[in-house]
Amino acid sequence: MLAAILDHYNYWLIIFLMMIGLYIVVSRGNLIKKIVGLNIFQTSVFLLYITIGKVNYGTAPILTGQPETFSNPLPHVLILTAIVVGIATTALGLALVVRIRESYGSIEEEDISVSEQFQAESEVNKISS
Amino acid sequence: MTNWLHHIPILIVAVPLISAPICVLFTFGANRKAAWLWTLLVSWFAFLCAIYLLNHVLENGEISYHLGSWKPPLGIEYRIDLINAFVLLIVSGISAVAVPFGRLVVDREIEPDRQILFYTSYLLCLTGLLGVTITGDAFNIFVFLEISSLSSYVLIAMGVRSDRRALTAAYNYLILGTVGATFFVIGLGFLYMVTGTLNIMDLSDRLMQLADNKAVHAGYAFIIIGLALKMALFPMHVWLPNSYTYAPSLISIFLAATATKVSIYVLLRFLFTVFGFSFDFIPLTLTFIFLPLAIIAIFFGSIGAIFQTNIKRLFAYSSVAQIGYIVIGIALSNTIGLTAAVLHIFNHALIKGAIFMAAGCLVYRVGKLTTDSIRGLGKEMPWTFSALILAGLSLIGIPTTVGFISKWYLLLGIMENGWWPLIPLIVIGSLLAVVYIWKIIEVAYFFPAPPDRAPVSEVPIELLIPLWILIGCNFYFGIQADITIGIAKEAATILLDNRP
Repeated sequence: MLAAILDHYNYWLIIFLMMIGLYIVVSRGNLIKKIVGLNIFQTSVFLLYITIGKVNYGTAPILTGQPETFSNPLPHVLILTAIVVGIATTALGLALVVRIRESYGSIEEEDISVSEQFQAESEVNKISS
Repeated sequence: MTNWLHHIPILIVAVPLISAPICVLFTFGANRKAAWLWTLLVSWFAFLCAIYLLNHVLENGEISYHLGSWKPPLGIEYRIDLINAFVLLIVSGISAVAVPFGRLVVDREIEPDRQILFYTSYLLCLTGLLGVTITGDAFNIFVFLEISSLSSYVLIAMGVRSDRRALTAAYNYLILGTVGATFFVIGLGFLYMVTGTLNIMDLSDRLMQLADNKAVHAGYAFIIIGLALKMALFPMHVWLPNSYTYAPSLISIFLAATATKVSIYVLLRFLFTVFGFSFDFIPLTLTFIFLPLAIIAIFFGSIGAIFQTNIKRLFAYSSVAQIGYIVIGIALSNTIGLTAAVLHIFNHALIKGAIFMAAGCLVYRVGKLTTDSIRGLGKEMPWTFSALILAGLSLIGIPTTVGFISKWYLLLGIMENGWWPLIPLIVIGSLLAVVYIWKIIEVAYFFPAPPDRAPVSEVPIELLIPLWILIGCNFYFGIQADITIGIAKEAATILLDNRP
């Protein structure tokens, strides 16, 4: 049992990171912290793919002419794309947070929902008056 | 010439993709109109390509295009059968009518110096949606899904000029959309781990022998949850109402008509082509998870819509309900049920496209769209409101409209499975639609206009033509339904073909 856990320690690590990331996204009210959580979540997936690609005693997949064992390069390439997507998401998310702070004066979800509630109520009051 | 036509499958994606950076170049002349014209031309080009592809598939069967002539499963394959040719037609068709509508409303709603970038993001969004639909490579789906999602976050946030809540709507969509896409990638990782392939056809072949593999089961769960988030199935719909409400009009039209539909297509692809009932609990998840959620979605969405005071928000909630109808069709998993699902993907795109276009016309004239601001407008804007009501009738499912056709097939599918208790639920769901459509009719026609409001004139003809084209389609395909039914039936047969 213990051996089974230790042999696959990187998978356990990945699951651990994944859950931490998802938990931060769900539990934190700070918009920046949510994005940090999202990043951890995505990074765990990158690690998952790279772990899949690892071949025991494999080296980097570069042709040197000598018979060697290579790691599977495909997951690496895939994850390169996913990293780019992750960076774009982070950049866009942070840009949105900047704009949100400019218009709401806060990056805490609670404050924002209070002022949105206020805005919605003032619209309804305008209707009834 | 024939040689060139052979490359249409890649051109339909590559042309919008390359034209996006070219569109940025219009910033140097600050030429907003040229950027719009460019987007229009690209949309029409994509539409023509989609028509050609659908025709080709109808006549000659599936197309398999190998990117860079690398043979699948090693190379990336674009595989077009009847289902994705049909979805391609929906996406590019809606874009082809929405962009002509867009010029005036974009001028009104987006800051002048941002408009060119707006059209650039729009082209990227179009690229993403077309790419997700056409590709036969599972990882490609993720990449294109993210292209379309990232650009739609930007586009939704551009609604900030009218309402700052567009920012938070875009932010929430970003968080949930990314979680959904990441779940999808985790699922793909599990599938790749056991099969070593990402080509959809190859995956489907290899998964047949791996029915008992735990990693495949986990991958299945991750993929299904990720896609359910993207398609806004209850209770994962929370990002949708605000996004559709506060997005600029053009984006509400385009996303409401296409974005969730494309995710549903991917779900169909994975459920039926990739997993293809290779293990027992796929029918179980359909019956015991998707079906209840879909029914709740119908009631939650419809009842939620009744209580909205913002017109765009009202129809956003009704979108949540309509997703429910499509998912019921999928959950039936018989030929008629799937026909209904595919039909409703098409029909709902027409209905919601028309409705959000009418809403766009109202925004153009009145600005904020509360039920109060449209009081008594029915007589002042007769063309817009009659269009809104006709589209509303189609949403309810009155005979001779497209909404009727898909609901009729849904009922037939339910009868075939013998799930009788569902029938009254569907009928009640449609009656709830009557309630919220009536609410708009009542306010627009039977309430007096507020005395202090300046007279409102009808919107320019440039906005009415695209709107009435969509209304015309709503009735044309409601009366001449054999075209779409024929395609949908064949698509359903293809999907169920894989069943052992």
